[in-house]
Amino acid sequence: MANYSLPVAQRNGADYVGLLEILEPLGTVSAKASGSRWKFRYENTECEFTAGKSQARVRGSDFDLSGNFLLENGRGLVPLASSNLLLSRILGGPVTLDISARRLFIGNVAVHFTAQVTKTDPEKLVINFTAPVNPSIATEPGKLRMVFSHEPVVSPGAQSLTFDSKKIPSATFQENNGLAELTIASTGPVMANFSNDGRTITIAPPSSSPSAQAPQIPAQSPNPPSTLLGSTNSVVPGARHYFAVVDASHGGDERGAALSTNLAEKDVTLALARHLRQELETRGLPTLLVRDADTTLTPDQRAGMTNAAGAAVYICVHATSQGTGVRVYTALSRSTGQNRGPFIDWDTAQNAFLDNSQTAANGMAAELRLKQIFVRSLAVPLRPLNNIMTAAIAIEVAPNSSDVAQLNSDAYQDLITGAVAAGIADVRGKLQAALK
Amino acid sequence: MIPRHLTIGVAVMVVLALAMSFYVSMMRGHVDRNEAVATSTQPVSPPPTGPSEQVTLYVADDEAGALHAETARIPLPSGRQERAEELLRALLNIYMGKSSPHVLGPGSEVRNVYLVDPGLAVVDLNAAFADGHRSGVLVEQLTIASLLGTLSSNIPGVTHLKVLVDGKERDTLAGHLDLSGLFEDAEVGQMTAELGTMR
Repeated sequence: MANYSLPVAQRNGADYVGLLEILEPLGTVSAKASGSRWKFRYENTECEFTAGKSQARVRGSDFDLSGNFLLENGRGLVPLASSNLLLSRILGGPVTLDISARRLFIGNVAVHFTAQVTKTDPEKLVINFTAPVNPSIATEPGKLRMVFSHEPVVSPGAQSLTFDSKKIPSATFQENNGLAELTIASTGPVMANFSNDGRTITIAPPSSSPSAQAPQIPAQSPNPPSTLLGSTNSVVPGARHYFAVVDASHGGDERGAALSTNLAEKDVTLALARHLRQELETRGLPTLLVRDADTTLTPDQRAGMTNAAGAAVYICVHATSQGTGVRVYTALSRSTGQNRGPFIDWDTAQNAFLDNSQTAANGMAAELRLKQIFVRSLAVPLRPLNNIMTAAIAIEVAPNSSDVAQLNSDAYQDLITGAVAAGIADVRGKLQAALK
Repeated sequence: MIPRHLTIGVAVMVVLALAMSFYVSMMRGHVDRNEAVATSTQPVSPPPTGPSEQVTLYVADDEAGALHAETARIPLPSGRQERAEELLRALLNIYMGKSSPHVLGPGSEVRNVYLVDPGLAVVDLNAAFADGHRSGVLVEQLTIASLLGTLSSNIPGVTHLKVLVDGKERDTLAGHLDLSGLFEDAEVGQMTAELGTMR
C-alpha cells in the first residue's frame, strides 16, 4: 500500500527518474556503482546498467531502454518512457504509465467512477468510485473542482461528461503532472458530500442538508507540484484508523539544512520519523508516515494527506546542528480567516485545534525533561502547521553535545523519539476525546 | 683617484634609491587598506541625518537562542520610512560586526522598508540576506522576530508586516520560516515575548 511522488529530471531533452527512488518504498533495494557500471538489486531481482548505454541486464536477460542510462553521484536514472516496461520486468506484474499525465500505476489499482444526475428536487450529481477517495475540493463561481493527488482515479472513457440537468450540465476529467482533476460545471453554488466510506461523492446545491457524516473539507486551492510523477500501487488514505501522522520534513529535491558536510537534514528527519513511528506503534498508537522515502512533497500535499487521515495528532520532524536539545513548536495563532459553511479557511485551519496542539506539546515537553533533555516550547509560523485540522506539533531536534554526528546515531534517535512518543501516549485520552 | 663629481653623483643616486623604496612601501600599505575596505561586507551606513533618539532593538543571540531587548541611541531622521530603514540598518550593523551575536551571510542588507497605510510595513531584504541565511526553524525565527519586533516596537501604527526578498514574495527565509503571509503585530509580539524568555 503506497502512494508517493517522485522528482522527474530533464536530461538531454528527455524525462528521467531514479530507479532506486521508485522501488525503495515497495521493498528492499540496494545499489552499487563501480566505475560506469551500476548494479541494482530489488528483493531477489538483480539488474545491471552501464552509464551512457541503453542496453541493460534485468533478471539475466537483455533489456533495451529508450535512452541511455545515466549515473549521477551514484544515483541511477532511467528514461521515464521505459519505466513501465522496466518495472514490469523487475516486479513481474502489470505496470501502467500515462506519460503525458506523469502517472504510474503499479499493479491493477486504477479507481474507476460513474457519474449520474438523480431527478430529485433539487437535482444531485452522484459519483460512485470503486474505492474510497479523498480529493482536495475547491469552488469558484460555476465550478467545483476535485483534485485527486493520492488516488489512482482514471478517466471514465471520455474527458467530457454531459448530464440531462440544467443545474449541473457537465463535468470534465483531466490528468496532468501526477494529478487527476474532475471539474463539475454548475449554474449555481454546489457542495460536495461524502458517503459510503468515501466511495460516493454527491454534488448538490447547499439547500439540500448535508449528511451528518459529511466531513468538512478545507477550501484550499490545490497547488500542483511542478515536477512530480504520481506513482501508486494502492491508495486508501484514511482507510486505516491512524492515531498519529509523522512527517519527515524536507525530502527529495529539498535537502533542508546542511547539518554537516555529508549530513542533510532530510535524511536525519526521515530516520527520526521512522524511529518515532516505531516508538508510537509500540505504545499501541497506529502511525502513518507522510513520506517513507526520499521524495519531494509540498506543504499542501503534506497537509492534505494529514487531514485526510483523520488522526488525533500530527508531528512534523526537523533537525538542526545549532543549539542543543529539542524545540517543540506549535502554530502561531492567526486571526481566523473566512470560513464558508463546511469549507474552512486553509491558512487558519489549525486555529480551532490550537488547544489540542498545546496539550500534545506539553505532554512531549514533560517527557523530554524527564529524560534530562533540554526543551523549549515556542509558537512559530511554520508550514504546514497552520493547515492541519488536528493537534499539530513540530519538533526540531538538535544534538545534546557539540557532536553533530549524534543526530544520526540510533541511540540518540531512540532517546528523543522514545520521549516524544511517551509524551503523546500520556495525553492520548485528551487528544482522542478532542477528536470526537 | 676617483673624481669628485663621480662621488657626488653616486651619493645622489643612493639617496634617490632609498627615497623611492620608502615611497613604494608606503603606497603598498595604502593599497592593502583600500582593498580591505573594498571587501568589507558590512552595510554602508549613511551619515546621521537627525538628532539621536533612544530606541529598543531586539537583538538575536544565537548562543542563548533568545532575543534581547537592548536600548540604544541612534540618529534618526524625521520621516517614518527613513526612521524604519535606519532602525534596521542599526540592527544589521550589530549582526555584521566582528563580535556578532547572530551571524548573517556576507552582503546581507535590507534594501528598503515601505510603510503602506493603513499600518502595513513591508521589509524588502536583498537576495544575499536570504540565500546566505543559515537554515533552521529557530535561527530563522530569531532573525525575523528581531527585524519585525524592532520595527513594530519603534514605529507606531504598524499593525501588519510583510517580508519580501529582492522585491518578490518568497515561501520561506531559508527553508523553514513561512514568509508567504502577513505577520500581524500580535504575532510578532508573541514571537518576541517567547523568544525573550528561556522556556
